[in-house]
Amino acid sequence: MGLKGQAYVVGAYEHPTRHAVDRSLGQLHADVALGALQDAGLTVDDVDGYFCAGDVPGWESPGVGPLSVVEYLGLKLRHFDTSETWGSSYINHVEHAVQAIQAGKCRVALITQAGRPRAEKFSPVESHLKQTQSTAESPFELPYGPVVTNMYGMCAARHMYEYGTTSEQLAWIKVAASHHAQHNPNAMLPKVVTVEEVIASPIVSTPLHRLDCCVISDGGGALVIAHPDVARQLKRPLIRPIGSGFTVKHLNGGYFNILESGAVQTGKEAFAEAGVTPQDIQYASLYDSFTITVLIQLENLGFCEPGQGGRFVTDGGLISGVGRLPFNTDGGGLCNNHPGNRGGMTKLIEAMRQLRGEAHPAVQVDNCTLALVHGTGGQLGARHGSATLILEREG
Amino acid sequence: MSHRIPTSPQPWSETQTFWQAANEDKLMIQRCLDTGKAFFYPREHSPFSGRNHCEWFEASGKGVLYSYSVMTRATPAYCIAYVELEEGPIILTNLVADDFNQIKIGQSVTVVFIASENGQKVPVFTPVSG
Repeated sequence: MGLKGQAYVVGAYEHPTRHAVDRSLGQLHADVALGALQDAGLTVDDVDGYFCAGDVPGWESPGVGPLSVVEYLGLKLRHFDTSETWGSSYINHVEHAVQAIQAGKCRVALITQAGRPRAEKFSPVESHLKQTQSTAESPFELPYGPVVTNMYGMCAARHMYEYGTTSEQLAWIKVAASHHAQHNPNAMLPKVVTVEEVIASPIVSTPLHRLDCCVISDGGGALVIAHPDVARQLKRPLIRPIGSGFTVKHLNGGYFNILESGAVQTGKEAFAEAGVTPQDIQYASLYDSFTITVLIQLENLGFCEPGQGGRFVTDGGLISGVGRLPFNTDGGGLCNNHPGNRGGMTKLIEAMRQLRGEAHPAVQVDNCTLALVHGTGGQLGARHGSATLILEREG
Repeated sequence: MSHRIPTSPQPWSETQTFWQAANEDKLMIQRCLDTGKAFFYPREHSPFSGRNHCEWFEASGKGVLYSYSVMTRATPAYCIAYVELEEGPIILTNLVADDFNQIKIGQSVTVVFIASENGQKVPVFTPVSG
């Protein structure tokens, strides 16, 4: 059985902080849990299903998983799930929650995400030193200093080589995000930037500039998914998942195309299940760890032909009210928030705002009833979790 | 040419053949005997057939640059790269070169072996001149 009408997303909440010096990781999870439940008109007592990924407190200690945070929140559960594929995890959780509700395993599912890399002075350049040695690939990769910036840099370099894509075209993605962020009082980078300013920012790893990268921010977010009987009693718009696709894309023994992410497969599956096409989508939340992430996903999801992404985004192609596909109208990870170095939850939350008509009036899509959320968790140029979800407002 | 010293691999015994050969400046990779396809990274079973039916062989060490990115902020700056081996697989490596500004995707490269921090050699690649 498909996703349609099996459950509704009834609550959504994004933490307003971007620098959580005085709040613990547990507090951040509690803040967003309570915020999303309040948004839905529910309480902790109503929750009987809980979903989280590897960002919960204690995850790094073997066997802790969800145990600490479930106790801290005081949840009484009949069901839980801890699927972990970095930033895309929460998009999987929505689908898993719908399936669990459909199967009678729970009626009100809570998904939380939080992180405080900024307070903990996280360094993306040094992060590879902490990468695990337990994986089979690590002896063949870690000696060479792969970090997130140079791995995404290789995606951009290859796109430029194959299609003649330019740094200016990539910069348009940041420019569009900044046009949206100026209306978001919580955005970390609310200032509108120009293509020239993006190009003039320092190179972090060729060909990517500092302003091609997302922010490093603290905070988080949460969603509440409910059984239709519960959802219909709440005074909130009825938003339902209608299609999804998930996979793990990897290097396949050394035979791969770094310009084809898992989105090629998961987008196709999500559109087929939903019975809609890319042209029907009114708003898209696209993973934006870097500008190149957005460009490749646009092509892979079928919003444009392979190689046409650069043209698609130029001249404000992604700016709400201006371009052909409004994206990340909260400012996205590029300008608003990328809490805990994981962008999937905030993508879901902005799609919810659009579908409810609760985005900022300056960026709200008129009568938005169909939205797509896509996440790439891990590394685009190597192995990653890919998650696509299509959401519809009912009635 | 000065280059970043690779951190040392912590290999499992599964891939001992590769690391011993690297110390002798040989690039040993595997072929799946069910499909005939060479693959990388090395492992006991074939990623194509799932069977423990593979053979080791010495790769030519020749390939073309598939993509690269120069970490200009690092000291010394270094170049991460994907190289497509003549035998088929694309592998992650470093490109070692006098001038990173002259690097071009699609150019021919060849393997050289350099010592990592603990002395274990690892394969990196360098542009083929001419």
